[in-house]
Amino acid sequence: MIEKVLVANRGEIARRVFRTCHDMGIATVAVYSEPDSDAPFVREADEAVPLGGATPAESYLRADRVLEAAIRSGADAVHPGYGFLSEDATFAAAVVDAGLTWIGPPPEVVRRMGSKLEARSLMAAAGVPVLPGQDLTGLDDDEVLAAAETVGWPVLVKASAGGGGRGMRVVRAPEDLLQAAASARREAASAFGDDTVFLERYVEAPRHVEIQVFGDTHGQLVALHERECSLQRRHQKVLEEAPSPVVDPDLRQRMSAAAVTAATTLGYVGAGTVEFVLAPTGEFFFLEVNTRLQVEHPVTELVTGLDLVRLQLLVADGHPLPPEALSAPLVGHAIEVRLYAEDPARGFIPTGGRVRRFSVPQQAGVRVDSGIMDGDIVSPNYDPMLAKVIAYGANRDEAILRLRRALRHAAVDGIVTNLPLLLAVLDEPDFRAGDLDTHWFDRHPPTDLLQASRDEDERAMCALAAALAAQAQARTSASVLPGLPSGWRNNPAQLLRRDYADDDGTVEVGYQLGRAARFQIDGVDRDVTVHSATPDGVVLVADGLRRRFSVIADDGEVTVAGSRGSVTLRELPRFPTHTAELAHGSLVAPMPGTVVRTLVTAGDAVTAGTCLVVLEAMKMEHQVVVPVDGVVVELSVQAGQTVSAGDLLVVVQEPAEEAAVSAR
Amino acid sequence: MRVLTTTLDLTSEKAQHNRAAMLERLAELHEQQGLARDGGGAAAVDRHRRRGKLLARERIELLLDPDAPFLELSTVAAWGTEYPVGASVVTGIGVVSGIECILIAHDPTVRGGASNPYTWKKVLRATQIARENRLPVVNLVESAGGDLRHQAELFVPAGRLFHDLSALSAAGVPTIALVFGNSTAGGAYVPGMCDYTVMVAGGAKVFLGGPPLVKMATGEEADDESLGGGEMHARTSGLADYLAADEHECIAIGREILQHLNWRKPGGPTSPPDEPVYDPEDLLAVISADIRVPFDPREVLGRVVDGSRFEEYKPLYGPALVTGWAAVHGFPIGVVANHHGILFNREAKKGTEFIQLCNQSNTPLLFLQNTTGFMVGTQYEQDGIIKDGAKMINAVTNSTVPHLTINMAASYGAGNYGMSGRSYDPRMLFSWPGSKTAVMGPEQLAGVMSIVARQSAAAAGRAFDEAEDARRRDELAARIESESLALYMSGRGHDDGIIDPRDTRTVLGIALSACYSAEVRGSRAFGVFRM
Repeated sequence: MIEKVLVANRGEIARRVFRTCHDMGIATVAVYSEPDSDAPFVREADEAVPLGGATPAESYLRADRVLEAAIRSGADAVHPGYGFLSEDATFAAAVVDAGLTWIGPPPEVVRRMGSKLEARSLMAAAGVPVLPGQDLTGLDDDEVLAAAETVGWPVLVKASAGGGGRGMRVVRAPEDLLQAAASARREAASAFGDDTVFLERYVEAPRHVEIQVFGDTHGQLVALHERECSLQRRHQKVLEEAPSPVVDPDLRQRMSAAAVTAATTLGYVGAGTVEFVLAPTGEFFFLEVNTRLQVEHPVTELVTGLDLVRLQLLVADGHPLPPEALSAPLVGHAIEVRLYAEDPARGFIPTGGRVRRFSVPQQAGVRVDSGIMDGDIVSPNYDPMLAKVIAYGANRDEAILRLRRALRHAAVDGIVTNLPLLLAVLDEPDFRAGDLDTHWFDRHPPTDLLQASRDEDERAMCALAAALAAQAQARTSASVLPGLPSGWRNNPAQLLRRDYADDDGTVEVGYQLGRAARFQIDGVDRDVTVHSATPDGVVLVADGLRRRFSVIADDGEVTVAGSRGSVTLRELPRFPTHTAELAHGSLVAPMPGTVVRTLVTAGDAVTAGTCLVVLEAMKMEHQVVVPVDGVVVELSVQAGQTVSAGDLLVVVQEPAEEAAVSAR
Repeated sequence: MRVLTTTLDLTSEKAQHNRAAMLERLAELHEQQGLARDGGGAAAVDRHRRRGKLLARERIELLLDPDAPFLELSTVAAWGTEYPVGASVVTGIGVVSGIECILIAHDPTVRGGASNPYTWKKVLRATQIARENRLPVVNLVESAGGDLRHQAELFVPAGRLFHDLSALSAAGVPTIALVFGNSTAGGAYVPGMCDYTVMVAGGAKVFLGGPPLVKMATGEEADDESLGGGEMHARTSGLADYLAADEHECIAIGREILQHLNWRKPGGPTSPPDEPVYDPEDLLAVISADIRVPFDPREVLGRVVDGSRFEEYKPLYGPALVTGWAAVHGFPIGVVANHHGILFNREAKKGTEFIQLCNQSNTPLLFLQNTTGFMVGTQYEQDGIIKDGAKMINAVTNSTVPHLTINMAASYGAGNYGMSGRSYDPRMLFSWPGSKTAVMGPEQLAGVMSIVARQSAAAAGRAFDEAEDARRRDELAARIESESLALYMSGRGHDDGIIDPRDTRTVLGIALSACYSAEVRGSRAFGVFRM
């Protein structure tokens, strides 16, 4: 009987598993890396074992240490969560060999599905529809190009061992293929220790629809309906829902049957997901089987009323699936959004930093699975997902409204996240209509979505609230004349001023409190009455509407949250600093990370578009590309070096400049 | 302490009349203050800005701590004179880097910031406040120096500024000069006399003699920059301790200098401040529109002091003078306030005693003036009103706790002295817009003059021209009246400014806190009290 579970994972999924374990009276053990030593999941576990190390390779991917931790802590079962070792058959086998229970499908199934190539041929043989494709292992360049012709353009280059979109590249033209394949191999090797890569036909405007399956050791196997996961960026899911807006009962039945066939072929036990590509024609093709609990499992839980982690534990313990799982209903609609520490306006680059405050209002029909708490540091070592917010409603519209309200009132202060984008998506007409596919963000570029959802006036009011909170803070912390009226003047010559800026520009706030109260935004008078202003909250009546804003300021950055969402602004200094400016032509790190490779040395002539430095952050490779032709005059970093956002990487001088310099 | 009660009826005709009259006077004041703010006018302001320079008040706003209050002094100095209202300089008490300072900023849009006799009055008054209250001084310098057309009135008093700056330094009160532009001739000594000097590169010009004067004196051909540029003073003469790239940086450096001064105030508030129970807004209805109608100073105190709490001393004795203890913004004060205008024997003796008590307990004094003077008449003379008045004046003179004086309405005769008028060196004196200050009321003065003339005519056996007397009486009364008005007195520099009565609590809070920058210690030694 399972009495003590070690979760070989971190963050929100570790907390999610612990929650059900604790509900079932099962003791829990966490493992953790050095940066995670104070993380909420470590604190919530009954016991915890340090793994040491910071990067995944040094910590959560160290199968030996995780297994040793399970044995040392006396755990009798290991839950792998998702990612990390969850689809590592060797690890699964080692767990079983050590006499512990592996909470997942049998290691052999994990192994077979871990190889996408083997999975494909197995499924094709079982009659599950698959996309044409070919393994690139051992092929030379010409053969790789030939393989692509056989599969048919466009093609998708995929790492066999990968998942969640990592190591995937779409290639539309032969000249790009070889570089893409090489890069995919490299990334696969770095991420999974296996550089096997294959090609697959690429469906345009496809939907990603997956079926949750569950099997037990008594030969029972059920499909728990579908999840629509088409909204993706960089091949990673952003928003998932159940049911799919386009899957009708007939299609659901056919897809479920295909998924059950696939799982039966494998002798599947435990929780699994059969992923399909759903074409606009209604055809669907097998993509892969995820032999683990999915990130998006909560939407299935909300529409079926099941606890999938509980089912996993029951099945792992040898129990048959309970009756409620065998005839699971599909009631209502659930939508999950993934809150990422990333900047949608800048190509979704990971951000990171310290989360000063994280809160999502408690609200009927809203569930929050998060891995973070106030004050946590989002480490560049791990996946940038901070939390999942899941809303349930009687229908899709209600779920959307509930989710929107929760997100509008959510506070994620201190770091840049995709929260504004998520809100923009929820209001986008195509999304509202359920018109989705995996290229949705290509048709609806994040910058356009953010632009469309921008509310100039709301931003202005938020800036005013920020200024009022700042003045309250200034008065509260004043060492002399503390009780006197803020900014009092007996001969007022000008309004007091605080200026703010964000990526959309500056906002100038002018204000005078007291008898002759006056408020200006960008030089325009506003009809505003201040009801109260404290360092962390402002209540004002603007244009006849009473508004409440919560304000959190730290280190020159201020986040203002009102009923329509939140805005983060930088307070501009009163005195511009005269710090040395970066030399013209400097290229800086766009995000914190590690330098993987430098491709040039000082003195090299480079042409616009050349990649000079490759950075890795949050498991993604980022190329630093020179925007102009020129000569490298300085290379400030070397491979393996850790850099912060804004650190100087390379200085490139344009030829004209160079000529001017030598003439001097 | 007991919370004061109020009998004010806001709906009464009197209250509404009072309020309307006061708002009218405030509008007058604001108009004059607006003229002062306009400086040299739109064209001069534009020209100044086009040079990339900040206005005097913009410099002050940047220098001040964000959102801290700023009390501008003598806002309508030079009103009613041949010189522009405001006297081409801004002075005031403000908080810079957490330190209360006296700020003196020349307005370069008014004749290049050149000083006239009222400029000096205003500046020297500011340095006096700095000296008495130990407030660091920040000079924001851009002045063409003295207006040479008026050198006869200027030359002698101007020297006093260098004296005061040196004396402040010797007294350990820091002085700072931020030089934005011209600081020539006499003005050149301001950075020379200050403890710290910051100059704006390309802006500051500090020299005893500019190129024309040097040419006249020695025949040398020299340019501005080598005679007195910021770069030269920072690198060669050493007059500039810091060189700033621009005006903003100059101000930022000034703020940093104050930060490192290690300046500590010897005292601060002793009780938590709480707002008055009664709305200060209603002071407008309390203050009589007609100066001859007295009003109860307790109605004023209830709208000024912390929690409207007032512990009255000797309420039953000499009731025309209200004395007692209260606090403003947490600073304890003793209050001496006129009730029915006249100071009788008992009132004078009560005031004397109370002033001594406040000195015993090191408590600052607030004088609320509304007095027509000490009582005259046979009975009072025989009761020794001169001796009693002398007692009060003796006590006021030799009291060493800070005095703050508000002229609420009337300040006539020796009552002005007994109630710590300007000649008695209150730390600060402010006037309400409707107040008047004179040796006596205009009708009385004109009447006295008329009686004297009539007696003189009778003695000489001349016929007395009644019509001419009536005309002269009216003319004199009108002139005396106009010369007793708050704007006139403030314009002549006889107070530290006219304030909105609703701001009284705020002004007193700033003033008391400024007083506490120096040690507050009462006197145990008074002169001979004539019993």
